[in-house]
Amino acid sequence: MNMDVSIAKVCMLAGKIMLESGAETYRVEDTMNRIAVSYGLSNAQSYATPTGIIFSVDRVEKTNFIRISKRSTDLHKIAEVNSISRKLTGDELVLSEALLLLEDVDQARLEFAGWIQIIAAAFVAGCFTIMFGGTWPDFIPSLVAGGIGYVVMLFFARLVEIRFIAEFIASFVIGMLAILFIQSGVGVEMDKIIIGAVMPLVPGLHITNAVRDLMAGHLVAGVSKGVEAVLTAFAIGAGIAVAFAFI
Amino acid sequence: MIAAHLVTSFVAAAGFGVLFNAPRKSLIQCGLVGMFGWILYYMLTDGGMDVVPATVFASMLVAVLSQICARVFKTPIIVFIVSGIIPLVPGGIAYDAMRNFVENDYYTAVQLSAKVMLLSGGIAIGLMFSEVANQIIRKQLRKRVES
Repeated sequence: MNMDVSIAKVCMLAGKIMLESGAETYRVEDTMNRIAVSYGLSNAQSYATPTGIIFSVDRVEKTNFIRISKRSTDLHKIAEVNSISRKLTGDELVLSEALLLLEDVDQARLEFAGWIQIIAAAFVAGCFTIMFGGTWPDFIPSLVAGGIGYVVMLFFARLVEIRFIAEFIASFVIGMLAILFIQSGVGVEMDKIIIGAVMPLVPGLHITNAVRDLMAGHLVAGVSKGVEAVLTAFAIGAGIAVAFAFI
Repeated sequence: MIAAHLVTSFVAAAGFGVLFNAPRKSLIQCGLVGMFGWILYYMLTDGGMDVVPATVFASMLVAVLSQICARVFKTPIIVFIVSGIIPLVPGGIAYDAMRNFVENDYYTAVQLSAKVMLLSGGIAIGLMFSEVANQIIRKQLRKRVES
């Protein structure tokens, strides 16, 4: 009985880290069930949504619940949890060791340093301008606008709890910068500059995850993630639209 | 021109890997997956194919490459799929649609929105197709091992 409790603890912690890092819910449930099955629990039940996980080790056992309040994208943590669960199901790890490792991953801050992220965002913006048919004179303006837009988003994301506000203000700044660049004669096509510069903010991961969840039959999770993606896209569109109102 | 697309799509996909905090050792693979997907899309549309089927084929290629990378490097497939699919996501058209809405040109805006839906569906179909193919192949292999 005591044994079951710690299995549940490992499963819950693994699921929590994966959901907070932006994994697809069907992968979260799959990982939790695999860990449970490797310890001989054949009827483990798990139900993950983007905002919470429900898990019990058997049909009529006590049910555990964890609420997920903050979600970001951290592929590194997903990969770490995946390798821990792989070792756990392959009998290379004892349950208590796995719990310690998972707690380490949960506490760890594996992100790239802020300035690397900003440089990456700037180059993503510049490159997308070229890929979407822009010309080389638009590369630098888009790079600058994308970088500054990302800085603004990081700053306001820390300042305000509501994520959509940060995206709205960031895309507003991008719109204003693009207008300034065009009016001061730097850059050729405003459209191409804006399209490139907003790409680091676009919810591409949420769209693909929502679709993959829907296809795996997780209708609740898929729809709610889809709505989150649409809201983000709307925030970006509205930010640009407000910037245009100043022309 | 194609050289420019090769370089920019590699940098863009790898850059998104950094933004999504992909493991450092898989950044190069992320960039390569994104690059191959985008180049197939670019060549197909350049050759006169419609954007929707081109997106389907490109996302199929991305999914296949991601499956291979996931198997070889023992990393969850989502790491490669996300950065590989990003160039194909119709961000530009979605923005265009939104802009036409704001400028009261609903006729064009609705047309573009429909295109965004079709392209997202195309990405989904591409991903699903290769996942189904993968499952069928694995089932066949297992049967052969058992018999």
